[in-house]
Amino acid sequence: MAKIELKLAHTYSTAADPSPEDYALVQLDLTFEQGGAYALLGPSGCGKSTMLNIISGLLRPSQGRVLFDGKDVTLLKPSERNIAQVFQFPVVYDTMTVGQNLAFPLRTRRIEPRKIDARVSLIAEILGLSSDLNLVAANLPADMKQKISLGRGLVRDDVAAVLLDEPLTVIDPLLKWQLRQKLKEVHRELNVTLVYVTHDQVEAMSFADKVIVMSHGKVLQVGTPEELFEDPHHTFVGTFVGSPGMNFVEVQVRGGELFKGDNLIGTAPDLVKGETSSALKLGVRPEHVAIVADQTGVEAKLKRIQSLGGYHLLTVDLYGQEIFVRTDRADSLSEPDAPLRVDMLGPYTRFFKNDVKLPLGGHL
Amino acid sequence: MSTRIPVNLVLENVEKRAQGDVHIHSVTMKLVPGEITVLLGATQAGKTTLMRLMAGLEAPTSGKIFVDERDVTGVSVARRDVAMVYQQFINYPTKTVAENIASPLRIARKDNIDRAVRDVAERLGIEQYLQRFPGELSGGQQQRVALARALAKNASLLLLDEPLVNLDYKLREALRIEFATLLGGRDSTVVYATTEPSEALLLGGYTAVLEKGRLLQYGPAQDVFRAPKDINVAAAMSDPPLNVIELDVLGNEHRFVREISSVLERAPSDRTTIAVRAYNLHLTPRPGDLGIHAAVVADEFTGADTLLRVTSEIGPLVVQCSGVHRIASGTQIELYLAPREIYVFARDGRTLLYPTGEPA
Repeated sequence: MAKIELKLAHTYSTAADPSPEDYALVQLDLTFEQGGAYALLGPSGCGKSTMLNIISGLLRPSQGRVLFDGKDVTLLKPSERNIAQVFQFPVVYDTMTVGQNLAFPLRTRRIEPRKIDARVSLIAEILGLSSDLNLVAANLPADMKQKISLGRGLVRDDVAAVLLDEPLTVIDPLLKWQLRQKLKEVHRELNVTLVYVTHDQVEAMSFADKVIVMSHGKVLQVGTPEELFEDPHHTFVGTFVGSPGMNFVEVQVRGGELFKGDNLIGTAPDLVKGETSSALKLGVRPEHVAIVADQTGVEAKLKRIQSLGGYHLLTVDLYGQEIFVRTDRADSLSEPDAPLRVDMLGPYTRFFKNDVKLPLGGHL
Repeated sequence: MSTRIPVNLVLENVEKRAQGDVHIHSVTMKLVPGEITVLLGATQAGKTTLMRLMAGLEAPTSGKIFVDERDVTGVSVARRDVAMVYQQFINYPTKTVAENIASPLRIARKDNIDRAVRDVAERLGIEQYLQRFPGELSGGQQQRVALARALAKNASLLLLDEPLVNLDYKLREALRIEFATLLGGRDSTVVYATTEPSEALLLGGYTAVLEKGRLLQYGPAQDVFRAPKDINVAAAMSDPPLNVIELDVLGNEHRFVREISSVLERAPSDRTTIAVRAYNLHLTPRPGDLGIHAAVVADEFTGADTLLRVTSEIGPLVVQCSGVHRIASGTQIELYLAPREIYVFARDGRTLLYPTGEPA
């Protein structure tokens, strides 16, 4: 178990003086505390796999250092770093039983048999594999095999961290949910540092205590799932987290009032009263746009209602721009193109200048 | 422009066996022309096999397939008017995006190809990439190219086999909201396979629930959702998992069982199972709600909703609530449930007893 610190940048370019766009990871300073559950969240190409490979030692950063418990491991090979990894697809020996598969990482390290048995039965119990230990792996379904892969990643108690690279990709939605629960239990019971890479916000948010949101090689925000949801520091975080993501509307402040083009949105909150920037955006999540019955709010037009059972997703035209509204009451709203009034200004409305939240780094 | 009419496709007792295994058990279904039908089921449920049978890529072992009342059983795909989009996007790597989209039109020797290509590219938001090669595009853009080619073909039957499964979460989210508009109201009959109930609901149209090669239920998406004919259909249409409670385990004298007597009227006393969807359990009461005592085991914030796992007087439950709710493990809470949102099934979940008829 270890605390992992990254103080580095990485470029795959071999040029003597690489340009900023050449960096797969822009200069960062990140600490993964011992025993934490972390998710690296971002779209393909954001640098999350590069970061994972730098932690595991498969890749050496072009500048800076990697520290495990304060010790510089930048030059150490993967085998010297004591990291366990779980991949997108199951890595399982088909000819071995479930139990033999789980024991394998311990057996190769010549752990004494009694300790192996104890550890294997603990992991099997947590993952719900106890009654399957004698089954041969070959004919098991994909989700069982991936559970075994998880077990193999977790079975050693001496690893610095367990790195999980999109481990639930091959799993059906319902089983995904169960495996996520299992992973959380594992984390609670084993006190191991877990780093989970995914582009799927549901997986990241439900798994991690801290989520690291990345885009174009940059860490945009490190926060708890609630912080990312309620207080995104960057428009990208607002969009990427939430389902659908935050609505952004370009606004201008004139005479203490907030406008979208020529259309009045409402009274400008104090935070932006004096703001003259032309790169100002209002951000509000679909859950936080209120549909109002009286003459307050802004006039808009209903374009589409999609019912998802628990809630309705409305696509609404707000002065020529489509925004999403999530509501559990849409009974009175059945006509497409029906006029409705929405209130964009509530306690969860945020403002962004050049895509960065106002006030910089602080709270409303 | 097209004078195409959407295909009228009928499967009659279609069965598919291979090496002694039954892949499809006697499926009879009549696709609604011009509408989207979603095939919903877990991996191995038979979705892909059924699509291949519809396309003519495979012939059924028994049963018949009719297109516009013409028996096409055993007629190969080349002689049918079908477009297909797969999980793995397939494009011609050495052709530009425009040429990729145009290829089915060239084969069919259509006029005004450039115009048609531009139209469909605009609909899918890829018009700025028309002169690029597929390899220069992101995964989501490449899948849009494959989709554009299928749409450009303007076939009377369009089949999409989990077209979003290999895309990033955010792209999937955006495309599945757009798909209802992109695929609906067109002159094709569309079949769309997915493992995700939310896709079936977002796409609307019709839903066919498949399990282990059997067609469990087929009808308008909202009807299948509101009135699942058995507990397997209800479960297939639920994410997070459905809460299932065996009433004979609680016993007739249990407070909860007595309080829901109004919805149990039609249920025989033996082996009645009830089911409750996770989002029908609430943290605040509304008029007429029942209370359930519970204790929180774990909370899980999933990005827009919170899932609470609780133990309760009626067994373990999963609760889904909108937004962020942090509740410490062990906290005693009261859950609220409207009796009309309970599903009652008889005989181990095989028949829906309540609600009956039109949903309230």
